Amino acid sequence: MDGITNLSRRAVLMGLGAGTFVLAGGLADGLGPVARAEDTPKKYGGDAMPGGVKDDPRLFVAVAPDGTLTILCHRAEMGQGVRTSWAMVIADEMDADWAKVKVDQAPGDEARYGNQNTDGSRSMRHHFQALRRIGAAARQMLVQAAAAQWGVPAAEVAADHHSLVHAASGRRLGYGEVAAAAAALPVPARETLVFKDPAKFRYIGRGDVGLVDGFDITTGRATYGIDVRRDNMLYAVVARPPVHGGKLSHYNVDEALQVPGVLKVVVLNTAPLPSGFLPKGGLAVVAENTWAALKGREKLKITWEDGPNASYDSAAYRAELEAAARAPGQVVRTVGDVDAALKTAAKHVTAEYYIPHLAQAPMEPPAAAAQVTGDKCEIWGSTQAPQTTRETVAKVLSIPAENVTVHQTLVGGGFGRKSKPDYIAEAALLSRAMDGRPVKLTFTRTDDLHHGFLHTVSVERLEGGLDAKGKPVAWLHRTVAPSIGATFTAGVKHEGASELGMGAVNTPWIVPNLRVENPEAESHTRIGWFRSVSNIPHAFAVQSFVAELAEAAGRDPKDFLLELIGPARQINPADMSDSWNYNEDPVAYAYDTGRLRGVVERAAKEAGWGKPLPKSQGRGIAAHRSFASYAAAVVQVAVDAQGKLTIPRVDIAFDCGPVINPDRVRAQLEGAVTQGVSLATLGEISFKAGQVQQNNFDTYEVTRIDAAPKDIRVHLMPAAKYDAPLGGVGEPGVPPIAPALLNAIHAATGKRIRSLPIRDQLRA
Amino acid sequence: MITFTLNGQVLRFEGDPEMPLLWYLRDVQGLTGTKFGCGEALCGACTVHADGAPIRSCQTTLGDLSGVAVTTIEGLSPDGMHPVQVAWRELNVAQCGYCQAGQIMSAAALLKDTSHPSDAAIDDAMSGNICRCATYPRIRAAIKRAAGEVQRKTASGGSAK
Ligand code: FES
Ligand code: FES
Repeated sequence: MDGITNLSRRAVLMGLGAGTFVLAGGLADGLGPVARAEDTPKKYGGDAMPGGVKDDPRLFVAVAPDGTLTILCHRAEMGQGVRTSWAMVIADEMDADWAKVKVDQAPGDEARYGNQNTDGSRSMRHHFQALRRIGAAARQMLVQAAAAQWGVPAAEVAADHHSLVHAASGRRLGYGEVAAAAAALPVPARETLVFKDPAKFRYIGRGDVGLVDGFDITTGRATYGIDVRRDNMLYAVVARPPVHGGKLSHYNVDEALQVPGVLKVVVLNTAPLPSGFLPKGGLAVVAENTWAALKGREKLKITWEDGPNASYDSAAYRAELEAAARAPGQVVRTVGDVDAALKTAAKHVTAEYYIPHLAQAPMEPPAAAAQVTGDKCEIWGSTQAPQTTRETVAKVLSIPAENVTVHQTLVGGGFGRKSKPDYIAEAALLSRAMDGRPVKLTFTRTDDLHHGFLHTVSVERLEGGLDAKGKPVAWLHRTVAPSIGATFTAGVKHEGASELGMGAVNTPWIVPNLRVENPEAESHTRIGWFRSVSNIPHAFAVQSFVAELAEAAGRDPKDFLLELIGPARQINPADMSDSWNYNEDPVAYAYDTGRLRGVVERAAKEAGWGKPLPKSQGRGIAAHRSFASYAAAVVQVAVDAQGKLTIPRVDIAFDCGPVINPDRVRAQLEGAVTQGVSLATLGEISFKAGQVQQNNFDTYEVTRIDAAPKDIRVHLMPAAKYDAPLGGVGEPGVPPIAPALLNAIHAATGKRIRSLPIRDQLRA
Repeated sequence: MITFTLNGQVLRFEGDPEMPLLWYLRDVQGLTGTKFGCGEALCGACTVHADGAPIRSCQTTLGDLSGVAVTTIEGLSPDGMHPVQVAWRELNVAQCGYCQAGQIMSAAALLKDTSHPSDAAIDDAMSGNICRCATYPRIRAAIKRAAGEVQRKTASGGSAK
């Protein structure tokens, strides 16, 4: 099957045969997600992730006698281009010829390959240096093997574009010719590795490399989870309880079983709340093809018992959140005396912002195939989290996680939805129910919207005080939103450290009095990660409010923003009550206000900030640090007499430290801009009587080509040295877009929108 | 019995004429390049050509296909070198890639009729195709790059990668 071949099938490896080499610390050793040793220094970054980071070239690199270099990627490809960028780094450090590179996908095996959770904008951030070590070690092994063959010192042999060269004698050998000998050599110790001079990089930082999956994608050969086909496979869809926490009451399956092609209806148990990653239960229809399964599902007669969330109603819930935001809540950061400062301020500005639930709605809905054989299970699926998949499948089948094999397909969009393996667990349960025949489980779009792990809903209330000269003297932010934590732990009513650390507590403002509070919010649905997560509501509110304060102060919003950021300095996130900092070292990954200033100034300059625009047009600016990267956007809008909004241009300046694959960084930011526009203009999932009200893309609208900004200009900040810490790329482009857009609308029309989505709020 | 052609091959179908072409292609024929995204003609992921015109295969039943020539992404060109496919690769249009077969089929149909489409014509022809990764600027650029090539039908060689 295309796209999911496994390295172990390769005949000749440069390293040991895959399947025989397992590093210490396997799953059986109980390597859990939480580091237990209290006396070891705190780990950060990739080292703190379950499974850590592996850099043994024998795990990731294979050179065949004909020189074909196979590189194993163990991260999920979901559009960020990781399979290309991953291979670029190893190939470059190996001084390999890109035309001879082939990329294979690793199965899910955290003990063997290290952490594979593809979320949190971490792939390059956590693995770049390890990939360089892999490539450098492989190159040095090839050099040594050639030197031994020629009987010359290794220092006289150089790697040169897939060849080894002995300049003194003019001898030359291809990588394939020494691969077997190189494979027998020990892996060089980390301290002996010599990285390539970045000036000599052929691929890293250059970005003229085509996507490794480009041909398959453009010819329809690329395999996603929904495309998996196995011999003897059956197809299934599930009728799930419409209210989160509900379950089957009574049902009749007779008519469903009459549908030609339907083979069986299977009862799936509902996990008690909080159900975490576990499936919602319901009735599954298993059939000979997807269409028969869908028709069968329509014929089911089901009465549900709705459970504790039956009255969840978005309008009423919004009122609850607003009430909570208007009263004091748990203080999560405090500096000076906000109350006193607000009392004596010359101007006191208050604003409340609302952003509803959102669904990730990846174009490929959740889908996976599974086959259970005895106490073993094989999965072919589209997942961002192979390890969580193994654990969840193991749990529902009551088998050990090692017995679950996950073959990773391409992921047809993830955005956080496919970090949750509920759909894969359903497929596994159904294969068992069908006596071990492979079963492919497909979500329809309605299933996806109704049974998601939604982006949180929030009310953000801000109060600010200005002195007589318009200088900010007080900042009070109350953030109220149900937490992702509530999906996993009963009774969670406050945002967690990671949620608060996404732009609520960690504002670097030069304000003498500042307080952030987090009143309670109860969760009534499954909340999960959505690209950029809590940075979206926090940046939306904070960056809108900065512009509102600027207006009250009679200042230019860009100048006012820069003044709030203050001079360039390194802030330890802990000094802003951010204990989390994306799990990165608070010193190496300090909050660098100079970099935030840098992107603001760059975006403003490129966009022509301050230059006159036609009537009914305006520019807005917003900036935000997230995932250890810095982004600022200037959005230019036009609003016509009927209130029709168009976005002629967006400039986004971005600083993620060293840039590995500029083309993919640009692509991620282009996508982030329009996804930000989409959520700001159209995005809303709402509930009535506990049920999601949107059924498909007609009611859950997303931005299409006609409304997408036509001119998106990405400005990458000059690359730092390649040994500097890397920031994330996939997510940080999204948060500044909504507030920059709303600030632009205000500039164009004088209208301040504080409740998302914009939809028809501009209509005359 | 329904007789139609699929990527140049004559097929006879004797099953339920109500079966949507999409599921027939994917589950029966194993042609999974045509994607499911919404099932209600809202997203364009399932776009194929019927006698050269773009249609949503999720809303087309086999009963509708009598005598029709259906082309899927797998049949767009024998070697993946249709000018639209080439332009898509040259500009690295795809992110996750899931929507792109549908985008390419819509774009190829557009360019067959309109050699140099305006931005408005591109909006018209392509706004039925959602890309959740939002690759729209590159889709637009790739259509412009491929324009003209399609009409010249220069099915020339070159490396596939
Ligand atoms: S699946 Fe046919 S238009 Fe979406
Ligand atoms: S490339 Fe992912 S949906 Fe279009």
